[in-house]
Amino acid sequence: MSSELFTLTYGALVTQLCKDYENDEDVNKQLDKMGYNIGVRLIEDFLARSNVGRCHDFRETADVIAKVAFKMYLGITPSITNWSPAGDEFSLILENNPLVDFVELPDNHSSLIYSNLLCGVLRGALEMVQMAVDVKFVQDTLKGDGVTEIRMRFIKRIEDNLPAGEE
Amino acid sequence: MAIFSVYVVNKAGGLIYQLDNYAPRAEAEKTFSYPLDLLLKLHDERVLVAFGQRDGIRVGHAVLSINGVDVNGKYTAEGKEVLEYLGNPANYPVSIRFGRPRLTSNEKLMLASMFHSLFAIGSQLSPELGSSGIEMLETDTFKLHCFQTLTGIKFVVLADPRQGGIDSLLRKIYEIYSDFALKNPFYSLEMPIRCELFDQNLKLALEVAEKAGTFGPGS
Repeated sequence: MSSELFTLTYGALVTQLCKDYENDEDVNKQLDKMGYNIGVRLIEDFLARSNVGRCHDFRETADVIAKVAFKMYLGITPSITNWSPAGDEFSLILENNPLVDFVELPDNHSSLIYSNLLCGVLRGALEMVQMAVDVKFVQDTLKGDGVTEIRMRFIKRIEDNLPAGEE
Repeated sequence: MAIFSVYVVNKAGGLIYQLDNYAPRAEAEKTFSYPLDLLLKLHDERVLVAFGQRDGIRVGHAVLSINGVDVNGKYTAEGKEVLEYLGNPANYPVSIRFGRPRLTSNEKLMLASMFHSLFAIGSQLSPELGSSGIEMLETDTFKLHCFQTLTGIKFVVLADPRQGGIDSLLRKIYEIYSDFALKNPFYSLEMPIRCELFDQNLKLALEVAEKAGTFGPGS
């Protein structure tokens, strides 16, 4: 499938949401929800195809996300930087974001987080492997920054409903 | 058929998919005259042979149909009790089909939940941390293979003990699940899988695995 079709489809989705909700915050929330629903399904596809084992710490997780997952689904390899001293927060730096090819944000949508779907996907996928994380954009090329930066913070390990053998 | 069945169990231990793939089991149909020389008893809502064995009918076989009409548990298709019907000389001669009873879907649900609990116990019993849980259960007539994904879904395959390549079959079933069940937006997670494409592709994968692995005796 061509990446143009993907970019166009995503763009149509965001603009329709903007028309439906009129308020940038609501659109951001919807994108996050949609991303979450994608993430909980995508994780199984990822695990089935990539054969990676369970990650035992957040650094491993970061590596797998950047080097395997992003490569598999978006064809890009973001770099991992800005680790917090406690090792529970890091940044993913994307040089180019295939979702925003050819996109310009107009002035009346300055608080729209265009690629917020990605945050939802990451959050949903990690929740299914028992990790609660907080994901947000801190820099966005659409808003004039040089690179796109996603900040991921580990909240806690989800202890209920653990698959047997994981305690 | 060297692969007998496939079960998919969700995170909570509920059965969400089940496929039986064995050839028709040994069944025997005979015409009887009064009195019946087999001793029948009622067990678990079915009429079973308790004692008496002849012509392919063995102890434990259930009454499957009377005079060509399938029975409904312990009642005939007309709603009469099978034992009563067969106790009445006026109904003879009668043709009864006996065979190994199949599991009802409720029984399968119970077995899946029980396996889920055994699986949990298995990993707790492990002397080492982070045990994988039950991967294989072996008997003389079948081998049960189980694969638990990182998200807690279990894929269970019952196959002939000589059948090989089940590990890769389990991974293939995981891929088919992630494709045809999860990518179907109308399928809700953790619910029973009712997707045609999943069924079809699973059956195809089973055929491929049967051909590729070691052959058991024909059916």
